[in-house]
Amino acid sequence: MTAIYALYGDADAALRAVDGLRAAGLHDGDITVVSAEPLEHHPLGERDRATWMFWIASGGGAIGLAVAVWLTRMTELAWPLPTGNMPIVSWWANLIIMFELTMLGAILATVITLIITAGLPARRSLYDPEIVNGRILVGVERPASQSVPQIERALLAGGGRVKTV
Amino acid sequence: MNEAAARRLNDDLLRPLVETSWRFWVLVLLLGSVVVTGLATWLYQMYRGFGLTGINMPVYWAFYVTNFVFWIGISHAGTLISAILRLVNAGWRRPVTRCAEVITVFALMIGALFPIIHLGRPWLFFWLIPYPSERQIWPNFRSPLVWDFFAITTYLTGSVLFLLLPMIPDFALVRDRSTGRRNRIYGALALGWRGTPKQWHRLESAMQIMAIAIIPVAVSVHTIVSFDFSMAPVPMWHSTIFGPYFVAGAIFSGIAALILAMAALRTFLHLEAYLHPLHFENLGKLLLMMSLLWAYFIFNERLTVWYGNATAEREALWSTQKGPFAPLFWTMVACNFVVPFVILSVKKLRTIGGCVLASFAVVVGMWLERFLIIVPSLSHKYLSYTWGSYRPRPVEIIITTATFAAMGLLYVLFSKLVPIISIWELKAGEHYVADATPRTAAAHPLLPPPRGSRVGDPGLRTHP
Repeated sequence: MTAIYALYGDADAALRAVDGLRAAGLHDGDITVVSAEPLEHHPLGERDRATWMFWIASGGGAIGLAVAVWLTRMTELAWPLPTGNMPIVSWWANLIIMFELTMLGAILATVITLIITAGLPARRSLYDPEIVNGRILVGVERPASQSVPQIERALLAGGGRVKTV
Repeated sequence: MNEAAARRLNDDLLRPLVETSWRFWVLVLLLGSVVVTGLATWLYQMYRGFGLTGINMPVYWAFYVTNFVFWIGISHAGTLISAILRLVNAGWRRPVTRCAEVITVFALMIGALFPIIHLGRPWLFFWLIPYPSERQIWPNFRSPLVWDFFAITTYLTGSVLFLLLPMIPDFALVRDRSTGRRNRIYGALALGWRGTPKQWHRLESAMQIMAIAIIPVAVSVHTIVSFDFSMAPVPMWHSTIFGPYFVAGAIFSGIAALILAMAALRTFLHLEAYLHPLHFENLGKLLLMMSLLWAYFIFNERLTVWYGNATAEREALWSTQKGPFAPLFWTMVACNFVVPFVILSVKKLRTIGGCVLASFAVVVGMWLERFLIIVPSLSHKYLSYTWGSYRPRPVEIIITTATFAAMGLLYVLFSKLVPIISIWELKAGEHYVADATPRTAAAHPLLPPPRGSRVGDPGLRTHP
């Protein structure tokens, strides 16, 4: 057996199952919850909220800014040709490139962080196609054989039909 | 969301992907043939040279640059509006956002094509890309045309990602509802998405951050497009108001394009249950506000020039007020102000039909506005012996028409391949409205009631 799970029709039932699994001694990290929509409004959706994404995006923006400063200054000094009576290193004009590359850096850093922290692309593990029809999956992957009866009881207490894969 | 509602939502919004009527193929054939004609005309222009166009001394920017500015403006429909509505957590945005974001991506792609079409040797467009040539010569970063490259690249990259990220859960949905080759393709696109709380949090955090980042980028893009003009000492161009004036115009035309696209989707894909009159009414109010803002800007621009009474500027101004460009100018005023103001300020007229009519007028009016910014000023520069005129030639008209067809074609194909309404966001919206404010949920249903029941029955949408 690689996983044991049950599907629930609503978030409250799924939460009861999760509470049952916790009572059986499982940690949140061992319990898999999968839904077809974010459960922002529900205690079930409170898991794994903490993220450094905003700070990483800011870091990406700082890198973009540094690249822009280097690129504009280096290229203007490489061939120091006066243009339109502007200084060779024209900060007013360069500010535009610096702004764009800062934002590009922040956007790319955000997407890269999302991909890495959300575990994408991933090989599908515990999943059931019925989830797309509004069911919520609660289960445990690779459970220890001695804890299977307890897990089954917890999942049944939530009102779900237990499946094993 | 209960199972029956989820199934119904999936069935309704995935139907365009699995059912193909003969009308779809006729539309694709029709639009495709116009696009192919446009591409052939462009090749012919490359072969014969720019003598085929009406572009000549002193008007070197005309239809193509008009189209460039127009399409970049239209691109403000999506990502900017979607980002603002996301940040203010406007519940009614949910069925609208993807329709809007798609417009941004395609309009930017088409808009970015025009500077290339406008090149005498378009195959050398890569000279704009900042890389050192064999003599270590780089593009001139002090040129507004290079600023355009950076701005459009950033906005296009951001907009594509802003569109793609929320599509991942919907790709997973299509994967789970399909078999065979479709299952494999959408499975690859879904990147193994499951929908764990962690994945949902990360996706929503990313969308929030990108929304914050994309708003100033969108504003910068059209400001920089305005710099193409305002950095030049040409009558009526060298103005400090051009940045915000262009941004306001871009959002204005963008909202109009979004209303037209939504109305077409509602009719052709039978999405009446999802794109409600409420959505059109809200967008209609935004359009009315932007119409007033546009009128304010154009009054400022014209008053300053008229009051300053500088010779060259005066000539350019009067050519639009009562000279050869006057018919176009007053048509523009009617389309951008009179028609939307009359229709959208009266609640009874702010129907879907009324919003569509006003939006169509605005799209026409904004194209004329871009044309009237460019051509009259170039026709009346500082030395009167250089004055001239411009008339478009068939190649320019065909290529312009082809880009409108290209927009339609790309939109039709996209809505065939991807759910045009974000399904997971719609489901999440039901929770948000139903749980947070039941009264609001009753008044503004985001989801359709079960077939056969009355629209607006609050009991059918509550969380089980």
